[in-house]
Amino acid sequence: MTFGILRFPGSCDEVDAQLAAARVGDARLLWHADPDLHGVDAVIVPGGFSYGDYLRVGAIARFAPVMESVAEFAAGGGLVLGICNGFQVLCEAGLLPGALLPNDGLRFLCRQVELEVVNAETPFTRACAAGRRLSIPVKHTTGRYWAPDATLDELEADGQVLLRYAPGQNPNGSARDIAGVMNAGGNVFGLMPHPEHAVDPLTGSVDGLRIFQSIHDDVVQRVRV
Amino acid sequence: MRARVLIRPKAGILDPQGQTVERALPALGFTGVANVHVGRLVELDVEDPARLPEMCERLLANPLIEDYEILAEDGHPLAAAGGAAAPA
Repeated sequence: MTFGILRFPGSCDEVDAQLAAARVGDARLLWHADPDLHGVDAVIVPGGFSYGDYLRVGAIARFAPVMESVAEFAAGGGLVLGICNGFQVLCEAGLLPGALLPNDGLRFLCRQVELEVVNAETPFTRACAAGRRLSIPVKHTTGRYWAPDATLDELEADGQVLLRYAPGQNPNGSARDIAGVMNAGGNVFGLMPHPEHAVDPLTGSVDGLRIFQSIHDDVVQRVRV
Repeated sequence: MRARVLIRPKAGILDPQGQTVERALPALGFTGVANVHVGRLVELDVEDPARLPEMCERLLANPLIEDYEILAEDGHPLAAAGGAAAPA
């Protein structure tokens, strides 16, 4: 199976995402101005500062030609993973609920965090065990997840909160310690931590691979079924 | 015509920028300041100001987290202020 990783002007983690995805499958970059997804089986919207994050984070990138194709791909059930800036883009595009606001401490954060897997029965977390912890770095200034309380209640009730910061480790003031959420359709997932930066023992953790492995396994299983 | 769009964080959502400015002012001797909020100003020339609310809803503001006001250059409102309902 092939991962397609979007590249916007200002993306900076697309190559790491490509290298991480290539550890479990094939991976290629997709240029923002090209609406053709080139037949990829899953889409990753990577981290960085798409279009300089002008106006609001993710606000301009959602109008890129490739994003229309990503929205169609998602509407057809295709798996879409948004990491950091990619999470922000997917929220702005309305593919995920809520929004990302400036960290409560206003500082850029770059640190390893412990995450709890809340729901391991999804295409994005199936290679994890519920309750298991993942050690994955965060690096962002605008990572405070926010949604109205009624939306948060729904997300929790429907199992759409897939990852939480471990108790006492919420780095940015995110509502209910949420680190990653999935759409109601179960095929679009966004998270602020960077699983693509946790795929090699050299950098301290390989836990991030489980996210890529999950997507790979899910796509392969779909094809077989 | 020239228009101004004022965008601010929705009431009830933590505004750390506003809080930081509010704490900094007394340090300079400016006491008696409260409820500071930091937002954005977008100035633009538009041929059809009736389209401004849609521009705000679709791009200039994120109505989930921000309120906006559309003003003429002299400050009078050009359209009803917008933004989704206040958070619960």
